[in-house]
Amino acid sequence: MPIWAFSAEQEARPQPINKRLPLIYPDMEPFEYLEHTADVKFRARGRSLEEVFENAALAMMTSMIDPSTVRLEETWPVETESESLEALLYQWLSELLFLFDVELAVFSKFDVALEEAEGRWKLSGRVGGERVDPERHLFETEVKAVTLHQFEIKKEDGEGEGEVWTAQVVLDV
Amino acid sequence: MLNKVDDYIFEVPMDHQKGMLVPGRIFISEKLLAQVEPGTIDQVANVATLPGIVDYSMAMPDAHLGYGFPIGGVAAFREDGGVISPGGVGFDINCGVRMLRTDLGANDVAPMISNLVEDLFHDVPSGVGAKGRLRVSEHELDEAFTRGAAWAVEAGFGVPEDLEHCEENGRLAGAKTDQVSLKARKRGRPQLGTLGSGNHFLEIQRVDKIFDERLAEQFGLFEGQITVMIHCGSRGAGHQICTDHLQVLSGAVRKYGIELPDKQLACAPLGTPEADNYFGAMAAAANYAWANRQIISAWTREVFERYFADARLDLVYDVAHNVAKVEEHNVDGSKERLYVHRKGATRAFGPGRPEIPAAYRDVGQPVIIPGSMGTPSYVLCGSRGAMKLTFGSACHGAGRIMSRTQAKKTYAGTEVKDGLTRRGIKVMATSPKMLAEEAPEVYKPSGEVVDVVHHLDIARKVARVVPLGVSKG
Repeated sequence: MPIWAFSAEQEARPQPINKRLPLIYPDMEPFEYLEHTADVKFRARGRSLEEVFENAALAMMTSMIDPSTVRLEETWPVETESESLEALLYQWLSELLFLFDVELAVFSKFDVALEEAEGRWKLSGRVGGERVDPERHLFETEVKAVTLHQFEIKKEDGEGEGEVWTAQVVLDV
Repeated sequence: MLNKVDDYIFEVPMDHQKGMLVPGRIFISEKLLAQVEPGTIDQVANVATLPGIVDYSMAMPDAHLGYGFPIGGVAAFREDGGVISPGGVGFDINCGVRMLRTDLGANDVAPMISNLVEDLFHDVPSGVGAKGRLRVSEHELDEAFTRGAAWAVEAGFGVPEDLEHCEENGRLAGAKTDQVSLKARKRGRPQLGTLGSGNHFLEIQRVDKIFDERLAEQFGLFEGQITVMIHCGSRGAGHQICTDHLQVLSGAVRKYGIELPDKQLACAPLGTPEADNYFGAMAAAANYAWANRQIISAWTREVFERYFADARLDLVYDVAHNVAKVEEHNVDGSKERLYVHRKGATRAFGPGRPEIPAAYRDVGQPVIIPGSMGTPSYVLCGSRGAMKLTFGSACHGAGRIMSRTQAKKTYAGTEVKDGLTRRGIKVMATSPKMLAEEAPEVYKPSGEVVDVVHHLDIARKVARVVPLGVSKG
């Protein structure tokens, strides 16, 4: 029995990007992989900063394992804060790799809340997934770390349809 | 545009990019250069903008696109005015390779190859998220961070002679465990004594060609001999240490007003607390990696002894290929202490250097170049050209030419395994899918890469070894 559950407040938040975005941008995916010879490079998108953080996490996990093979059996809290948004995204993704390594768990659901106060950014998040089962979990690759190479978060004009955030990340694999 | 300096030396001119303090130099053949991505050349140029860089920003013939430094990148920095950067070391600190030589011939081992590979696969944990067989205490973990392979030998993994045959004797001085975060310790403790995944491997090999009889004899190698190669690094501990300090050094870049073309080149001026702390933490990770390879060697010996009671597996040499170290080199005719960064490059000291073990000092250090899965590996001998041209550095492998995504589109893991089996190579891997991205065809032919360093007298070809059995993550 999955124990993943949202609080009422979280339920009230907008649906994940992959359910919502196609209405406005039919071609837009939550993330895409870009060509890199040795490592994994991706660009994640979101209609809000929270979504771009969540989709970046999904992009990173998807490079390791097919998320449809991950059951939602447990959740783990993630709390981090930083002086910049970029550093916060780097910490959030790095924290997931740390959890993966020490909990031996894989994740397929990500929930992020962001807050800015007095020049500092704060992230309170949760990730849902399960412990690695070697019988069911076939890894595509192992991500060693999140690099800062060509790392950027950008806000783009959504051509009258609101703003779109993108995050570009290179992972060391 | 690159300027051709020599048949095997191409220069990245200072006007390639704004802010270059020295030109770049790529040691490569024209044929291999055609496969180098423009982004790799930009990365060579990026490194050339770092303060205190000496002579050139260099790349070895296996150069390919990385993050920060290119893979195959070498750069040295002055102690006075220079910097240290995790972008020149990478996340897998002291990823490296060691070779053990046996006194067994291929004919003795061939009938047992399946058993040996199965036992190695079972006895040396590998794969994503593998937990070690070891349960080390917090104190033992500190020892591994501080004393590396020396601790492992004392703990019963191997013999003192092994240490003589490791770069830095398997222990980089100056490790600071107070700069290793709790997170790095948490990742490091259960993973000590694990191979990891990706391109890491444990391979049983046969010496199939000797290029230089005299040097081969010095290294204890002969045709038909069985050797074992272990390729792995500092695992999650090293990844976390780099992750933690990259953030600190990003702050240092702002604090000391350094302008960077790439955030991964975050660095700190040598002599500052940020630089000292990164060096101390990096040394701890390097030591962890040496302890790791030492422990895996001991388990490898146990497996061989199961089938060949009197088998001897002596360490030829252990080299690091992701590390920054303090070394003395000739700069404009005088000796200077430099911080040499090697990112996907191997130290290749020529004859006479005091760092080389006595057994090899007259000829130069062994330089071990692992091939990709299923392709030959090479043993070279560091030579005088390296001391003149590359701060005593050579290539580290074959060099990737096809991305992982493309590799998976092109090859299926099972096909790759079948192909190797047909060639008589026994392969065991925890994740068959991951075999596709390591298919032999996604790398440059390693023979062409080592030919370049041989021609430049950076490192001379000694022996070629071919795989018989591979255990992978």
